[in-house]
Amino acid sequence: MNNSTSSRPRSTVERVNANLTKRYAKERRFKRMGLGAIIISLMFLVLLFGSIISNGYGAFWQTYVQLEIHFEPEDLDPQGSRNPEVLSAADYGGLVKSTLRDMFPKVKKRKEKRKLYDLVSSGAAFQLREMVMSNPDLIGSTVQLWVPADDDVDMLIKGHIDRHKPESDRRVKDQQIAWVDALQREGKIEKRFNTTFFTAGDSREPELAGIHGALMGSVFTLLITLALSFPMGVAAAIYLEEFAPTNRFTDFIEVNINNLAAVPSIVFGLLGLAVFINFFGLPRSIPLVGGLVLTLMTLPTIIIASRAALKSVPPSIREAALGIGASRMQTVFHHVLPQALPGMLTGAIIGMAQALGETAPLLMIGMVAFIVDVPANMMDPATALPVQIYLWADSPERAFMERTSAAIMVLLAFLISMNMLAVLLRKKFEKR
Amino acid sequence: MQPNTQTVSSVTPLMVCTDIEPIAAHDNRKTVGEISVDNPRMSCRNVNVFYGEKQAINRVNLDIGRHEVIAMIGPSGCGKSTFLRCLNRMNDTIDSCRVTGEILLDNQNIYDKTLDVVPLRAQVGMVFQKPNPFPKSIYENVAYGPRIHGLSSSKSDLDIIVESSLHRAGLWNEVKDRLDQPGTGLSGGQQQRLCIARTIAVSPEVILMDEPCSALDPIATAKIEELIDELREEYTIAIVTHSMQQAARISQRTAYFHLGDLIEVGETNQIFTNPQHKLTEDYITGRFG
Ligand SMILES: Nc1ncnc2c1ncn2[C@@H]1O[C@H](COP(=O)(O)OP(=O)(O)O)[C@@H](O)[C@H]1O
Ligand SMILES: [Mg+2]
Repeated sequence: MNNSTSSRPRSTVERVNANLTKRYAKERRFKRMGLGAIIISLMFLVLLFGSIISNGYGAFWQTYVQLEIHFEPEDLDPQGSRNPEVLSAADYGGLVKSTLRDMFPKVKKRKEKRKLYDLVSSGAAFQLREMVMSNPDLIGSTVQLWVPADDDVDMLIKGHIDRHKPESDRRVKDQQIAWVDALQREGKIEKRFNTTFFTAGDSREPELAGIHGALMGSVFTLLITLALSFPMGVAAAIYLEEFAPTNRFTDFIEVNINNLAAVPSIVFGLLGLAVFINFFGLPRSIPLVGGLVLTLMTLPTIIIASRAALKSVPPSIREAALGIGASRMQTVFHHVLPQALPGMLTGAIIGMAQALGETAPLLMIGMVAFIVDVPANMMDPATALPVQIYLWADSPERAFMERTSAAIMVLLAFLISMNMLAVLLRKKFEKR
Repeated sequence: MQPNTQTVSSVTPLMVCTDIEPIAAHDNRKTVGEISVDNPRMSCRNVNVFYGEKQAINRVNLDIGRHEVIAMIGPSGCGKSTFLRCLNRMNDTIDSCRVTGEILLDNQNIYDKTLDVVPLRAQVGMVFQKPNPFPKSIYENVAYGPRIHGLSSSKSDLDIIVESSLHRAGLWNEVKDRLDQPGTGLSGGQQQRLCIARTIAVSPEVILMDEPCSALDPIATAKIEELIDELREEYTIAIVTHSMQQAARISQRTAYFHLGDLIEVGETNQIFTNPQHKLTEDYITGRFG
């Protein structure tokens, strides 16, 4: 009878063993798929970072040219009055030009002179004026000075301009290349750390353009967003989760919050334009309005995350507090909120990260303007980092390409430090 | 050889569910035994509890005496916890839950519209099935109640309350060196005693306990039982338990619930040795439950 193995009832162990290989194979397959997914996403991440960094790191260096400037009293301050108005109106551009002419005395033709002047950034003249204004005693002296080179020269030095192309296809002409080479032989051209990039606002000239303005714009905008959306979002979540009765009205609110979280951000921009600018008459292009608009956009995210955090607090904690006579308010603020806070912070940081990267709504409220001055407060016109990236990416100059990637790096660094801060805060709250 | 009606009800309890045949059920389920006591601490009359449409407690009348331990037993789902939670209005936290009838605490109806639940819950404390210390230090766990109710005038006052509560809960010697460590780091039995200390720190009159030992090992259980016996001198204790041995060991009176009805109540001795109602007898002799 025992030859008919198929009909013989098998023991549990046998039946389990028969399935075992299949089960393990399934498990292995799943593991491999998960690993594959992680590897692919890591590859994309490496690709992304690699291309951004290789494109952008050059922008942290800038080519400078050494000039020997003689601050001629006859030209700058003929009367010797040291009057700031006179000093301010003096022709520093001319000073730079004459210095360049002195360095290359053979250049005589007008056209050639123009090419010569193009070697140095127009920012050099501003730099000289600044120096003289802050220290009028310089007049009459001669100083060795490093001034930024023009962005085309910068590109040439960094090897982004192909010398073998026909001259007409190049932004830097043969003659200019010869001058630059000559300067390089004398050690009068040098790549230095580009502090301008971190201290200046936007500019039409790539070598004078910096990220500081956009960074401050983003900082002010995000501060307002955080200051408004976190308390409001948490308060709304606490009310809805802990106090509100469940009825049609609260259901309606819940559905609407979920819907708002999915509304395209540009719609919030249009809303902000209509409400804050057209109706309340706030100025355009200011971080205050940007922050208000991003608050509208971030609120649903924070509310949803905060509610989830509150839901995840075990009900036994609430019962314990209520059971010894804590009021509902005390229960929430003494016991539930401290437990939910890490989750709420995570939600807030996700919302803030979204807000940091948001461009479209800011376009609608005019934070896309060309703004040279670094904003000093939330009422000054400003752009934000992603908008600056968008603006630079749109510029034709090769040097702006480099700066676009550098700006992305700054944005990512901002993002990473924000996330780190959130992780630190969360750790701190979790420990208690 | 059981009477026919009992067989039916024990095999297919739904048939006699109060929702379907209220009148027949009532004839069958009129509470047996003496529900009232002299000078009761709490007194429940005609208590009905509904979860939405579903009735979980059906016209229960019961007195709870002073300085007694009353045990509530019955098969699971019969409404013991529901009834217990009526006594300090913990059911208020459940949206769908509705309570009718009258529950007096020292002759004051606790379901009175004007009554505030905060002082009520300070008077009627509760210990839950699963130990639920706050995720805070041991000291903070015990000090929280006195602090929110303003029971201590100074820090040293509070220290005294914390120490004596932990003493009475039999936990002091085990935790006196680590009061600043989290209460959640204690063992299950210690956590439950911490919860008891937290409850008695606000000096309640009544302590409700909902299967306080069901998550504990026998040694921890024995300690808690001992503690309950000591606490009886100062407090009134209503305890739900699924262990009949426990009920027999620690209680003076026992109430037997069945499908939302209070079937029988009486002296614990008498309930376990000489139950009057067939359902009680079936449950006690282990025929169902
Ligand atoms: N929150 C609730 N919502 C709806 N029904 C509930 C709720 N809690 C308990 N019930 C129901 O009430 C009845 C009694 O439950 P419970 O009091 O927990 O029983 P016991 O503690 O005796 O096991 C059960 O049928 C249960 O399903
Ligand atoms: Mg129960």
